[in-house]
Amino acid sequence: MTQVRDEWFRPLEKDGDEKEAVVRPSLSYWKDAWRRLKKNKLAMTGLVFLVLLAVMAIFGPIFSPHSVTQQDLPNQNLAPSAEHWFGTDEAGRDVFTRTWYGARISLFVGLMAALIDFTIGIIYGGIAGYKGGRTDSLMMRVVEILYGLPYLLVVILLLVVMGPSLTTIIIALTITGWVGMARIVRGQVLQVKNYEFVTASKSFGAKTSRIIRKNLIPNAMGPIIVQVTLTVPSAIFAEAFLSFLGLGIQAPFASWGVMANDALPVIISGDWWRLFFPALFISLTMFAFNVLGDGLQDALDPKMRG
Amino acid sequence: MTGKHITDELTRTLVEDGADIDSIEHDGKRGKIVSPKKKQKNSAEKILEVEDLQVTFSTYGGTVQAVRGVTFDLYKGETLAIVGESGCGKSVTSNAIMGLIPQPPGKITTKGVHFKGRDLTKLSKKEMRKIQGVDISMIFQDPMTALNPTLTIGEQLMEGVKQHMKLSGAEAKKRAIDMLDLVGIPNPEERLKQYAHQFSGGMRQRIVIAIALICEPELLIADEPTTALDVTIQAQILELFEEIQLKTGVSIILITHDLGVVAKIADRIAVMYAGKIIETGDKREIFYTPQHPYTQGLLKSVPRLDLKEAELKPIDGTPPDLFSPPQGCPFAARCPYAMEVCGNVHPDTTQLTDSHRVECWLQDPRAKELIEQGAFAH
Amino acid sequence: MAKYIIKRFLLMLVTIFIIATLTFFLMHAVPGSPLETERTTNATIQANLEKFYKLDQPLHIQYIDYMKSIATFDFGPSIKDPNRTVNELLARGFPISFELGIITILVAVISGILLGTFAALRHNKLIDYAAMAFAVIGISIPNFVLATLLIQQLAVTWNIFPPATWTSPMHMVLPVLALATGPMAIIARLTRSSMLEVLTQDYIKMARAKGIKPIRIVMRHALRNAMMPIITIMGTLLAGILTGTFVIEKIFAIPGMGKYFVDSINNRDYPVIMGTTVFYSSFLIFMLFLVDIVYGILDPRIKLHKKEGDV
Repeated sequence: MTQVRDEWFRPLEKDGDEKEAVVRPSLSYWKDAWRRLKKNKLAMTGLVFLVLLAVMAIFGPIFSPHSVTQQDLPNQNLAPSAEHWFGTDEAGRDVFTRTWYGARISLFVGLMAALIDFTIGIIYGGIAGYKGGRTDSLMMRVVEILYGLPYLLVVILLLVVMGPSLTTIIIALTITGWVGMARIVRGQVLQVKNYEFVTASKSFGAKTSRIIRKNLIPNAMGPIIVQVTLTVPSAIFAEAFLSFLGLGIQAPFASWGVMANDALPVIISGDWWRLFFPALFISLTMFAFNVLGDGLQDALDPKMRG
Repeated sequence: MTGKHITDELTRTLVEDGADIDSIEHDGKRGKIVSPKKKQKNSAEKILEVEDLQVTFSTYGGTVQAVRGVTFDLYKGETLAIVGESGCGKSVTSNAIMGLIPQPPGKITTKGVHFKGRDLTKLSKKEMRKIQGVDISMIFQDPMTALNPTLTIGEQLMEGVKQHMKLSGAEAKKRAIDMLDLVGIPNPEERLKQYAHQFSGGMRQRIVIAIALICEPELLIADEPTTALDVTIQAQILELFEEIQLKTGVSIILITHDLGVVAKIADRIAVMYAGKIIETGDKREIFYTPQHPYTQGLLKSVPRLDLKEAELKPIDGTPPDLFSPPQGCPFAARCPYAMEVCGNVHPDTTQLTDSHRVECWLQDPRAKELIEQGAFAH
Repeated sequence: MAKYIIKRFLLMLVTIFIIATLTFFLMHAVPGSPLETERTTNATIQANLEKFYKLDQPLHIQYIDYMKSIATFDFGPSIKDPNRTVNELLARGFPISFELGIITILVAVISGILLGTFAALRHNKLIDYAAMAFAVIGISIPNFVLATLLIQQLAVTWNIFPPATWTSPMHMVLPVLALATGPMAIIARLTRSSMLEVLTQDYIKMARAKGIKPIRIVMRHALRNAMMPIITIMGTLLAGILTGTFVIEKIFAIPGMGKYFVDSINNRDYPVIMGTTVFYSSFLIFMLFLVDIVYGILDPRIKLHKKEGDV
């Protein structure tokens, strides 16, 4: 116990500011989110994996001495070796090279689909949520009906009509895919719209577009970013799924789904590498995006702390 | 300003138009109590003794010392109000008594929380369940969220009695109807089949009270029971509390930040600040002769009708961070009478009367001298 | 409630109508005649066939005929195999696909909810981490990848289960496992997070303060409220399972509707594509309608307009 000294009994001189001093340092929202994300080891692993995958997707096929499409019939169905790290397929093509080429396709489809969904969703959902009233209910009625359509069935139908190619896959995936994003954006906008600072800028006579850009979007961004992160793996899955059904990228070009489909007849014969590598990379990529999405969700939503 | 004036200042404080304090003759001296207390304290039997209760939570950002050594007693049939700003630890205190602190992340250390002689903190979860809802009940702040939206209120009323008192369905139903009747819900029989969203806020709080009382508890902990309600509804609910206490003799711990509520139904008051009880006393002592500057500030920050010339004074500043509470008096940083000692050492308890206790360095004779010298001439 | 059901029912009809129209016009947007394949070179045969499939009529007449046929559930003959009608294919394939789908849903929902609930109740304990690790992996492996891996390991290498067809309960294990893992993982994760949120609600705290037994708190107070988000994603899950049957039936050579559908896509057999698409969509939309009604029953607050504010 501290000795209580007599001289301590005198009024304390203090300035007014001291009372208001903030005791704990407050970080900005994004810095705080990034700090939380960095603490999430799983999400960071996913992020690192995705960066490496992107690097390999860009440079992997360039460095490899083997061509993606060049058939080499004498060397068909070779097991992994020093020459062909991931083995070869039934046409003697190098699975290693094809895997990175497949990564290109998958990442491209995933990112493009997410970007297009994001753009349409932001505009559509933003307008619906911001305008409200009859505009909103009309726009949301459209969304509700589109949402009720079976997604992959529509995509399949479109691909049957348009014919399979990289462009048509992306078009087919996004033609109804943006609906989910629009719903989330609208929900966020509705929530943020009623915040007082929005009312405040409105009362200063700020323009609608400015309010959306400066106030609504930054504050509604958390769940939207998470949705983008989760759109990518679902688009990657859809591309692989469609390729697997024969509606995706056509031979001789490689995509993970095509490679898995091609490997189907030979799994009985024990040529495991044909299936293993595309399967591994589809799964790892989806895993990486999923854990990154989860991590972002936790990091961007302070309520979920813990 | 002289010492004399400060003493006056200390005593001249708020009084609401409460149940027993009808008016104050304000003439620069202390107010006068006109009507006597209508409610009689049943006995001096202690029903609850809380001794040095400490609750900490380990969180993402460190350890929060939410309650830092709280000691108080509760007598049979009385209403004790625990008053303080949000975050001062009053709700945590009540949850700790009720056995509702999840451990971990919470951690409770205490010399004992004795309910009728049994230390609640030593009971197993199973033994505690036989006390929860039966001997001690709790009422929550927001009746909008305290009722399960997907169960009928009948089921929520009856499940407690069915489990604890082993009543049959018909008996439980009869009891549920009686309870709804007691808390003033018309057509109780039909209302049993309805869901929470079919009731208004005030009605829901009546139902919550009915649920809390259905097993005839001896202690009722009400955590901000009127905060979420409209002012007119608040008054009705407070009257309901008084009525129930008269009928059943239940002891009540009332957690609130609202001094109006306190003035109306409390017998004794404990003022909490930063996880500690800094002053306790019976209602008159707290309202008329508050000793702690925080209590005084709290009373001055409430609007009152009878003193037109008195200004409304907020307390400057914010409560300390309970992640790292100060070693001295937690109020020192905001206190208009702060001395050097306040920041260094936490004050001991000064017992002023049988019921009136305060933790403040101003009670020290050395500080009294300072006051006499007029050192605090703000 | 009645009003709510009627509204949902009407929305269902509108959606089916849109799907049918969309299918019709998309199929007719395909350049050239669907009959222009390798073998039909003879002009008279071509003309006769067009007549048989009513392709010589103007588009709007075709459309009206088509809509009538849908209303009477008559999808006409297949192009590749004119002796067979689409209805026959559906009658043969649907019961098998339905069986696969129902078993999958039951497995996914029951095990997903159990897993998610246990994880939530043991929050931040080993079982929680294990369950969630399993769930993230389950979500990340596409069903067709899982199916092929299961065949390779459990059927070919270890020879525990038969690798293909749909004839006995043993044959059902691998396809159901492959199809159910993804939805189960999604349900488990969602159950966990919504359970964790429900467990912090005041009404749960109040039930605890009443001294109610933990088992009853979970089963009676928490689970039902925690189920709500799961019901809302049931539609998406059902759609996923339904499209999943396409690949699963292909991989396991199960003679269900999905197999006919995939074959018809590869053969460009338009009547079959149209018929199965409309049938699939109507079935799915009807299931969504049922899900909505279940939601209305489980949540007493749902009236007519409650769902408009959801995200």
